[in-house]
Amino acid sequence: MSALGKLLLRDLALLLPGGKRGGSLLPFLFFLAVAMLFPFAVGPDAPLLARTGGGVVWVAALLAAILPLDRLVAPDLELGIFDQLHLRGVSEEAAMAVRLLAHWLSFAPLLLLATLPAAALLGLEGETVRILLLGLLAGTPGLAALGLMIAAMTAGLRVGAALTGLLLIPMAVPILIFGAGALAQPEGAGLGLAGAISLLLVAATPFAAGAAIRAAREG
Amino acid sequence: MHAFANPKRFLSLARWLTPLLLVSGLLLAGAALLYGLLWAPAERLQGDSVRILFLHVPTAWLAMGGWSAIAISSLVELVWRHPLASLAARASAVPGAVFTAICLATGSLWGRPAWGTWWVWDGRLTSMLVLLFLYFGYIALAQAVDREGASSRIPAIFGLVGAINIPIIHYSVIWWNSLHQPPSITAGKSAMSPEFLIPLLVATFGFSLIFGGVVLARMRALLAEIQAEARLRRKALGDSASRGRGVTA
Repeated sequence: MSALGKLLLRDLALLLPGGKRGGSLLPFLFFLAVAMLFPFAVGPDAPLLARTGGGVVWVAALLAAILPLDRLVAPDLELGIFDQLHLRGVSEEAAMAVRLLAHWLSFAPLLLLATLPAAALLGLEGETVRILLLGLLAGTPGLAALGLMIAAMTAGLRVGAALTGLLLIPMAVPILIFGAGALAQPEGAGLGLAGAISLLLVAATPFAAGAAIRAAREG
Repeated sequence: MHAFANPKRFLSLARWLTPLLLVSGLLLAGAALLYGLLWAPAERLQGDSVRILFLHVPTAWLAMGGWSAIAISSLVELVWRHPLASLAARASAVPGAVFTAICLATGSLWGRPAWGTWWVWDGRLTSMLVLLFLYFGYIALAQAVDREGASSRIPAIFGLVGAINIPIIHYSVIWWNSLHQPPSITAGKSAMSPEFLIPLLVATFGFSLIFGGVVLARMRALLAEIQAEARLRRKALGDSASRGRGVTA
């Protein structure tokens, strides 16, 4: 098995819920808690919930995406894992590409699963749920990529979730607009554009995150 | 480009350029604003409220110009490792954020009489608001990097990623706006009469000079901070060395 395959298995073992890295179900429970909170704030009016619920699920997904970021890269940077990989000829860019795949695999499928009970809580209908799931499927790679980029930039800094959130939220605006916009206009271009931005971010992230890791090492 | 990599040469240039830029910028922008307030004719449809244009439009341009300055300095920093580029990027962030905030505030004040509300989710306003948050993120990241003594290339990466993202944000917001509400307000005036255009250009030039002056002043302050730290370190080393000599003698 190639080095990158082994690296992917290691990263998955760390990041998946129950993994050694405190990878946990907490972001998904947080996501459901936000979905539960919203009806309390606006009242149990079913048509209103059905009309705005898709957007609430998107906002909750964005907030939940911030939670795992401070443990995504920083512990490995501290342990010098990336230096070891570099010595063995695995570039920072390759390590970050693998980490991106592992992060998405440990985040997106569970988020899509958690969307189903959230959609039931908010009274969303079948067609809306379908577009919501497709939108999240198209948008989560981009969200994971942005998250990894920002996690790599802040890895060497002792900063809290407030800064990672402040960095992530403005960058994630286009994904949110196109992904959630598809709910209002299902036959429009929203899903395709969300996917396009995701692809762009997935392509750029290994380089940006790899450069950040290098910069953190060289000081 | 590396002619000014030497901080001494840069400082000798910046020492007289900073006050020159600030004073001439203040004079030009002040004159244009005074003209706009006192002598420019009131606009046919919007009356006197249009006078805020002479402050609003230059700050909007400079808000975007500020991030362009960050992006260019970040690129120079990442590619050529120019020693002053990271200072230039750091120094551009706060004035850029201030101009963005002034642009949003004047836009809001202007929107009250013109549109009847303090805020509309208009495409350009909204992308300005997102830009303001990008500035806040950049400033916070740069401060954290300073505090921890981490590499200045980290904010440079964020500055470049942000520069790539800004056009995407802008067009996505316009797409979103056309989706959620019909365009109620469009900038109707394509041709501006010269009695507005000329003072507007003068004001823009004046504010650009102020921007440049503030950036230079902040760069000098950052350099002075670095030099003071180095001097303190040298002094501490020298003290301990002379004490060491004293003990042996």
